[in-house]
Amino acid sequence: MSALVVRGLAKRYGAVEALAGVDLEVREGELVGLLGPNGAGKSTLVKIACGLVRASRGSAEICGHRAGSYEARRSMGYLAELFRFPGWYSGDEVLELHQKLAGSNGGERERHELLELVGLADARTRRVEEMSKGMQQRLGVAQALVGSPPLLLLDEPTSALDPVGRRTVRVLLAELRSRGVSVLLNSHLLSEIELVCDRVAILLRGRLVAEGSPAQLARSRGVEIETDEGTRLFEGASREDTPRLVAELVAARRKVYGVRVLTSTLEETYLEAVGGETS
Amino acid sequence: MSSILTIAAYGLREALRRKVFVVVLLLTAAFLGLFWLANHFLFENLANVGPPVGVDAKTFAGATIFGLAMFGTLFLGVVLAIFLTLGVVSGDAERGLLQPLIVRPVGRVTLLVARWLGAVAVCAPYVLAVYVATMLITGLTGHWWPDHLVVPGLELAAGVAVVAALSLLGSVFLTSTANGIAIFMIFGAGLVAGLVGTIGHGLNSHQLEHGAKIAAWLLPFEALYQDGLRELTSKTTGLTGFLLELGPFGGAYTGGLTLRLWAFAYLLIIGALAAIGFTRRDL
Repeated sequence: MSALVVRGLAKRYGAVEALAGVDLEVREGELVGLLGPNGAGKSTLVKIACGLVRASRGSAEICGHRAGSYEARRSMGYLAELFRFPGWYSGDEVLELHQKLAGSNGGERERHELLELVGLADARTRRVEEMSKGMQQRLGVAQALVGSPPLLLLDEPTSALDPVGRRTVRVLLAELRSRGVSVLLNSHLLSEIELVCDRVAILLRGRLVAEGSPAQLARSRGVEIETDEGTRLFEGASREDTPRLVAELVAARRKVYGVRVLTSTLEETYLEAVGGETS
Repeated sequence: MSSILTIAAYGLREALRRKVFVVVLLLTAAFLGLFWLANHFLFENLANVGPPVGVDAKTFAGATIFGLAMFGTLFLGVVLAIFLTLGVVSGDAERGLLQPLIVRPVGRVTLLVARWLGAVAVCAPYVLAVYVATMLITGLTGHWWPDHLVVPGLELAAGVAVVAALSLLGSVFLTSTANGIAIFMIFGAGLVAGLVGTIGHGLNSHQLEHGAKIAAWLLPFEALYQDGLRELTSKTTGLTGFLLELGPFGGAYTGGLTLRLWAFAYLLIIGALAAIGFTRRDL
């Protein structure tokens, strides 16, 4: 069963069309990255999936249950882009509150494991108001994991993190994938998406404009071959063309010193897809 | 049920952490101190007052000053209720506090009910405590006790619970500031309508009384307050009783069981409107 299925999802805020019929699927144990410029509809999609926003048209299902329903909310963890926990709660108390609300019976052991997982084991009793923004964000990730939900919806989970914090979350995401947890990751950080995601979906003006694995999206830009005559670029050639090109050069009595298959980065693919749009 | 208790406890803890709660407690202490002083001098000087024939000076003084205490208690309770509820939906959503809670398998209606219960759990005991304290001050200082001891206090607490519900409803549609202003204005409008009704009673103006009655049914917290005032001296008869009914801290308004049933139905209607609005709201 798919963790998240979105079909023809549309949302209109007055005259603004935030989503214009999006189809998307996150399979079990899959980590899908959601990319797009500001205002592309990424957060709206995530909010509809977790029941914060009502769709104008189309449907969203979480583990087979209508998004926003009791069963759907039991099956997901969510980290909002902009969130705050009461400042007078300690990290442990925040998790305890969410354990009660999520119906988790993991108790102290679960809280300890989650805080350790996000690198906050030492800050268990520290009040939220005494935590840095990055620590609060990592606490937010831990909160989303309460009750071991099969689907995680993470809206910009690393926006306030320093490089070490980002790495902690990346490692955590890899760990979750190995446990079979599905993740929809909404992020502006292309490098991060490229490093951890199985599949990437790019939204532009409420529409899905590209989708596939980072390898599928990274199109071939040619093959570069270094010979005794210098470096030659065979534009349009792919990896599969490489043996033939080398054979032809050798047959033409050229000395071949090196071969490099050139592919576009996710950043280049993204910029091409969104046409340089920023908002 | 456990979700309701969890969120109500969350709201209670928030209430106790807010500085407004400390401010209200300090103001209450100041109010009770001043009220004791006022009672002390009032009843001390009462011996020197020569009331008109047919007027019981002690009853008149006791009922009037305790009626003033009822108003003060209602006002403080309403301030507390409004500040505890004015930002429950819009305010908390703007600050990002609401979203992590609302995505849990709790339900929006549950959250509203729990937050209302949390607010009432703070406000009702507070109102009852101040009511009892002021009654003891007047009773022990001036040896005057209301005709009914319990019902006026309960009606005050119920009135504050109605204001808390209105404030919760407002928080679904308005920002915290706009909601606070709106609820205080509604509260003020209710008080003015009550005074207009009292004046109408004194002048025997059916139009004024009728208008005030409509306002009281639209805003039952005011009707409950007025009914509570009436209960203070409901067994007081003669010229003293008539003068007390002219107010401003005596009551001519009769609510009775119908009013209490209507106040309960009103709470359900406000709750239903808040639930519908909140359920349809994008966050």
